[in-house]
Amino acid sequence: MLRYVIKRLIGAIPTLFIIITLSFFLMRLAPGGPFSRERALPPEIEANLLKAYHLDDPLWLQFLNYLGDLAHGDFGPSFKYKDFSVGELIWGGFPTSALVGGIAILLALGIGICAGTYAALKQNSRLDYSTMGFAMVGIAVPNFVIAPLLTFFISLKMGWLPVGGWGQLKHMILPVIALALPQIAAIARLTRGSMIEVLRSNFVRTARSKGLPEQVTVTRHALKAAMLPVVSYLGPAVAGIITGSVIIEQIFGIPGIGRYFVQAALNRDYTLVMGVTIFYGVLIILLNLLADIIYGFLDPKIRYE
Amino acid sequence: MTDVVLKPDRALTEEVKGRSLWQDAWNRLLRNHAAVVSGIVLIIILLLSFVGPYLAPHSVDEVNWDYIDSPPNFAAGYYFGTDQNGRDLLVRTFYGGRVSITIGLVATLVSLAIGVSWGAIAGFVGGRVDNLMMRVVDILYSLPFIFFVIMLTVIFGRYMVLMYVAIGAVSWLDMARIVRGQTLSLKRKEFVEAAHASGVSTFNIIRRHIVPNTLGPVIIYVTLTVPTVMLTESFISFLGMGVQEPNSSWGVLVSEGARVMDISWWGLIFPCAFLSITLLCLNYLGDGVRDAFDPKDR
Repeated sequence: MLRYVIKRLIGAIPTLFIIITLSFFLMRLAPGGPFSRERALPPEIEANLLKAYHLDDPLWLQFLNYLGDLAHGDFGPSFKYKDFSVGELIWGGFPTSALVGGIAILLALGIGICAGTYAALKQNSRLDYSTMGFAMVGIAVPNFVIAPLLTFFISLKMGWLPVGGWGQLKHMILPVIALALPQIAAIARLTRGSMIEVLRSNFVRTARSKGLPEQVTVTRHALKAAMLPVVSYLGPAVAGIITGSVIIEQIFGIPGIGRYFVQAALNRDYTLVMGVTIFYGVLIILLNLLADIIYGFLDPKIRYE
Repeated sequence: MTDVVLKPDRALTEEVKGRSLWQDAWNRLLRNHAAVVSGIVLIIILLLSFVGPYLAPHSVDEVNWDYIDSPPNFAAGYYFGTDQNGRDLLVRTFYGGRVSITIGLVATLVSLAIGVSWGAIAGFVGGRVDNLMMRVVDILYSLPFIFFVIMLTVIFGRYMVLMYVAIGAVSWLDMARIVRGQTLSLKRKEFVEAAHASGVSTFNIIRRHIVPNTLGPVIIYVTLTVPTVMLTESFISFLGMGVQEPNSSWGVLVSEGARVMDISWWGLIFPCAFLSITLLCLNYLGDGVRDAFDPKDR
């Protein structure tokens, strides 16, 4: 097991390197530097600024320096938020993003698995059709459409929840729903599909024929096997939550990392854009690895050597 | 045994009508109500988007200072209302649809071109080349692509074509895998061997024999790629980094609508409805096509 984890981590190095290299050079390609303003700075001041941030070094040296700093966990200074380093901004926003994203994914798993299982047990019933119809809507309609619509109807029309803001539980409800809905839909569809297959398999027939109550058959035996596709979907689900959070945090004004990314991209705050991209890249790699390990625990046919 | 009456003359006199894979798939698709309804709705939306702007009572760049943020007003011909600049939302929604649909189709074509050639070459050449090419796909899989597309649009924001290419260039990975799998089984077939024996070049074998035979799965995947690509475009446009004024797309309109929804609900509801219905129909149609081609998957 440990060997497998180490092997996977080593395998992630080229991916990581590509993420860093791509984001570094893409941002350097951009026209205008972080200090180009509408009113041009006097050349001496600009030269001094460039020097202070080592932006006058040759590109390869800047890249090597950036790599070296990264190795020490230093993402460099933010060009827009003057007194903060990118690392401080990311670590400052991460708990918020992780909280919202984490609740959303737990909610998606809980509701998605339950709904999918019920739909599979009552296959081709009205309940099944309505669940799957709802799931199709959840998959097709993007969360940046769901979020404004929720805000419009629930906050503006009904006045039940605040439109935006952060700090209390009531501020979290709408963002979490908007973030979780597409994943609930996807997980429900996956669970239904694999559950229908599993319910027809031999070990479930054995469990039924030895007289186990249906509930035990489903929860103890079938569910575990039916969870495999869901677990392998966890990686994409996390990636979906992360990209979704970029939008949701922007819409609801949540002080997480996702919002920084949008603002940084619009402000041309290059180091922050790079920092967030790399941070999310690493996060996605690690969570994918975690999903694979959980998969191994659930599927006895897989042994990590 | 006795009640089976054989009519040997029938086969001789009437030509037996064979049903091709395509005919079969088409018939199955027509029996899928959700897919048929989705197809019809999509055709209507397509017509509205491409022909609608010419028929609408107001033109897309017309600004009317008497109707600013006006709710739907049938007497003045503003069926969807106007935005805060006094522009007709009906024609803007149609126009936005044209941009969104075009990006969806063009980006899908780009991903199709890259994915099919990448997969076919990797599968057909095999060996070390295959290993290397599929390793590249594996690595690209774990990249947070949306961020790179956003970076690209930030850098080259003014060029819409680049956005098509960028979105297409990040959505070819699944296609490459599917085509490679197909190619691996195809290249052992006799007709490919025959082509080899008669001295056809590798490139021509891939072009004439491999690629046309992978078409079934590729079409299934294409119908599922279009909504994904449209989603990406509207995502980026929603953030204000994709399609720029005076052009608009559904993503741009939804974003504008979300900003002003406390004073004008019509700016949010209509673009949201069009975008959602289109994506929903594309998904249903994609599912239908998949079931039609692969009935045992149901």
